[in-house]
Amino acid sequence: MDRQPRSLQVLLIAGVIALAAFPLVGEKFYIQFITKIMILAMFAMSLDLLVGYTGLVSLGHALPFGLAAYALMFVSPEAEGAGLGWSLAAAAGVAALASLVVGLLVLRTSGIYFIMVTLAFGQMAYYYVHDSKYLGGSDGKYIYVRPVLEIFGWKPFDLENHTHFYYVALALMAFVYLTIRVLLASPFGRVIAAIKENEHRMRMLGFATFRYKLVCFVLAGALAGLAGWLAAAHDGLVNPEMLSWHQSGQLLMMVILGGMGTPAGPVLGAAALKLLELGFQGWTKHWQLLLGGFIVLSVLLIPRGLAQLFEWKRRG
Amino acid sequence: MSTFERRITRREFIQGAAGVALAASPLGAPFVHAQSAPLKVGLMLPYTGTYASLGNAITNAFKLYVAEKGGKLAGRSIDYVVLDDESEPAKAVDNASRLVNRDKVDVLVGTVHSGVQAGIVKVARESGVLSIIPNAGFGAATGPLCSPNIFRTSFSNWQTTFALGKVMMEKGHRSAVWITHKYAAGEEMFAGFKEGYEKAGGRIAKDLWLPFPNVEFQALLTEIAAAKPDAVACFFAGGAAVKFVKDYDAAGLKGKIPLYGNGFLTDGTLQAQGASAQGIMTTLHYADSLDVAKDKEFRLAYAKAYKLQPDVYAVQGYDAAQLLDIGLKAVKGDIKAQKAMTAAMEGVTIDSPRGKWKMSRSHNPIQDSYLRQVVGEQNKYVAVAWKALEDPGRGCKMA
Amino acid sequence: MDPVIFLIQVLNGVQYGLLLFLVASGLTLIFGIMGIINLAHGSFYMIGAYLAFSLVRLQGNFWIALALGIVVAVAIGAALEWLVMRFLYQRDHLYQVLLTYGLILIFEELRSLLWGDDVHGVAVPAGLDFSIPLTETLSYQVYRLVISLACLSIAAGMYWLIQRTRLGMMIRAGSVDREMVQSLGIDIGLLYRLVFALGVALAAFAGMLAAPVSSVFPGMGNQVLILSFVVVVIGGIGSVKGALVAALAIGLADTFGKVLVPQIAGMVVYLLMAAILLWRPQGIFGRA
Repeated sequence: MDRQPRSLQVLLIAGVIALAAFPLVGEKFYIQFITKIMILAMFAMSLDLLVGYTGLVSLGHALPFGLAAYALMFVSPEAEGAGLGWSLAAAAGVAALASLVVGLLVLRTSGIYFIMVTLAFGQMAYYYVHDSKYLGGSDGKYIYVRPVLEIFGWKPFDLENHTHFYYVALALMAFVYLTIRVLLASPFGRVIAAIKENEHRMRMLGFATFRYKLVCFVLAGALAGLAGWLAAAHDGLVNPEMLSWHQSGQLLMMVILGGMGTPAGPVLGAAALKLLELGFQGWTKHWQLLLGGFIVLSVLLIPRGLAQLFEWKRRG
Repeated sequence: MSTFERRITRREFIQGAAGVALAASPLGAPFVHAQSAPLKVGLMLPYTGTYASLGNAITNAFKLYVAEKGGKLAGRSIDYVVLDDESEPAKAVDNASRLVNRDKVDVLVGTVHSGVQAGIVKVARESGVLSIIPNAGFGAATGPLCSPNIFRTSFSNWQTTFALGKVMMEKGHRSAVWITHKYAAGEEMFAGFKEGYEKAGGRIAKDLWLPFPNVEFQALLTEIAAAKPDAVACFFAGGAAVKFVKDYDAAGLKGKIPLYGNGFLTDGTLQAQGASAQGIMTTLHYADSLDVAKDKEFRLAYAKAYKLQPDVYAVQGYDAAQLLDIGLKAVKGDIKAQKAMTAAMEGVTIDSPRGKWKMSRSHNPIQDSYLRQVVGEQNKYVAVAWKALEDPGRGCKMA
Repeated sequence: MDPVIFLIQVLNGVQYGLLLFLVASGLTLIFGIMGIINLAHGSFYMIGAYLAFSLVRLQGNFWIALALGIVVAVAIGAALEWLVMRFLYQRDHLYQVLLTYGLILIFEELRSLLWGDDVHGVAVPAGLDFSIPLTETLSYQVYRLVISLACLSIAAGMYWLIQRTRLGMMIRAGSVDREMVQSLGIDIGLLYRLVFALGVALAAFAGMLAAPVSSVFPGMGNQVLILSFVVVVIGGIGSVKGALVAALAIGLADTFGKVLVPQIAGMVVYLLMAAILLWRPQGIFGRA
């Protein structure tokens, strides 16, 4: 992967500083709104690991996300918060395990078939949860108290406070971003890039490409699980829609819109879709027309996604 | 065109988009509470999707009431903040939070879909905002999740099917098959029907469920024909109701095995169902051709204002505005005095187009359940199926 | 299960499957031959149904409405291809996905603007509005049989078109090597426009045919969309024969699933898809 353009690095750092400073001036609604965007950005980054870097287009990425959310609901007691550390581990673990099982089965296919098979598994999970009464059925279930972190009696932060939650989300988003960057810069990452280029060639060269793809798939699932845990903790309500193909589809839209295979792409895509939704909804009842129009125009006019807008023309 | 110029244009595009988004949302303007300042009413309803016509009916009727009072309730003019919830449960908490935290509404009126209602109930319980439900029959809202600040002017799912059992037994149908979609509302409707029917001595031969929102009924209609019950009871609404009634007729079952259901089967759907719906009997807390003075007034006013006939959803929206008005009057417009306001709303008798009704202790209407029959394009009133039917509010701490 | 009832359930499954085939056939054409993933395919089904509703309301005769509707659908398809789709052929599949997703939003809102949000019905055409009794309680709607026959005829027609005509030959060639076809002097742009319009017309026609037995309501395209994709993928992309087999399989699975295993009926179709794809990743008749 080429070094990022300098302008983009500057922008990223500026972005992080802006995000860190925002709660000092923003009010509750917007703090929570930006928190949601950050959670979606995390989710999108995990999908981009598959789509943009490994060439695996999954239309079932809502599966690990939603399962992690339900895992948190499962382990959260009614009157108090679950332990942060281990509930997070449990959620990510469930997501990773599910991705492992699904990955073992689906990674044998490729192209459009891969897309559809991931969709199939996503839908199976969706219908299973949707139709089971003890998991709350189509209405979902509540999480009454957010997870709590307590180290020998000391609570470094309180997730019930929306500003604390914001910073935790910001930290986790940075963690996801850095994890992916480090992974891609490593030898493992270079193999992945080569597999995306030409899997046949890599197999000829003796690489067990299936294993590499599986590791990526599981890792992406675990990271999506992280986002799912946060989403459930934030909303306090888990719902089968978190597993639906609409969720997977919308996420894919964010990744494509923002620019696949770019560091800022998923974040831009998530932010753009959410902000536009918010803005357009304020204007007119038929806001979906505007959003649809925006998407169509951006595909036609900005071929490589929003991230392309930040690519300064290289001279010479 | 130089590179420099192009760069500016593209950057402006991003900035413009962000600016548009931010400009469209008021950034925390200070809100002054004064009794003469406008009252912010948040309308969180579906304006797109299958339930859009319900959202529109509720909104129309709510505004009609306010217009009848000269545009003001208890001396305060009304500022509407309208939000399309698209009947999407996944966005429910977000949407409700937006109305409460960003737009800072004084009262939240919504919604239609029970799954979305769950999210609103959660936000209402946490924030304490006054919340009036103009449709969703979500049982828990006036059950285990009831709250002093949550009121309903429509029905609980249980309430709409409970009286059906008695009606069917009186007509001699000793065994019945039940069919509906497999989702929370469907299950609550079944629970109401089962309780009422078995209490009256009926036997449920089979209960059939199909995945929501699947509308391929052929397989299950065949099952019904094979089971040969005395009657069929069901719950379907909107597009599904239209298709089910038509398919039932086309499968030749209409003349042979009588079809019953709660009123949603035939409300707002008669034009589309045509001849297939004729003669179907349903129970609901409203009917066309009611001999209630308030109803005749209401139907005329609504038709005049909107060139449409009102339906049960409009009545519920109208009553939501009435309820709010009564509460506000009791505290002279000071919505901050919530305890006094809710006390007044609890003891209320609403003079509704559906007939007079009282609020139960769990904040659900205690109302008559009418037996109706489809004649032409109307659900004509036949009799009172159950007088002053009250949802027991099981699990509600206030009941 | 009673043998008569069993046969009736098979009939139900086949009828449902045939209608799915009609919708999916358009999708497999567009996808298989042009390589375009069109998420808005469900929207065309919906447009067909709404067209049927309006055209019948305008002049009363169902068959005239069908004919007119097909013309309108072809026009819409051609226009859409010329305005938007032709810029996507060289692009990655994913951009097509994104763009057509945007189209879904646009079509849904246009529908809301033009027709409103109510549920509508279309009357079964006169002369076909009766049912044949099959058992003492159950009758079968004759119109449904007509739909099934129509679908079968179209299946045969498509097979003949693609396998036995010059046009079909060009279409098949164009799917394999666009440039080669162009260098042979065939206007590939026009060809693609034709194929796209045909695909759109097939979906819209399915919507029109189905309108009397389903209702016409907002969002009716969504369920059909995902099932169409499942049919196309199970059958093998680009294979009309495969789409037919797959659609019938899904129709039967859905029907018997509802009756035999209602608790997991929702999952049955996806279980089937996963099973088939894991056995034969390219679909039943797909090219490996």
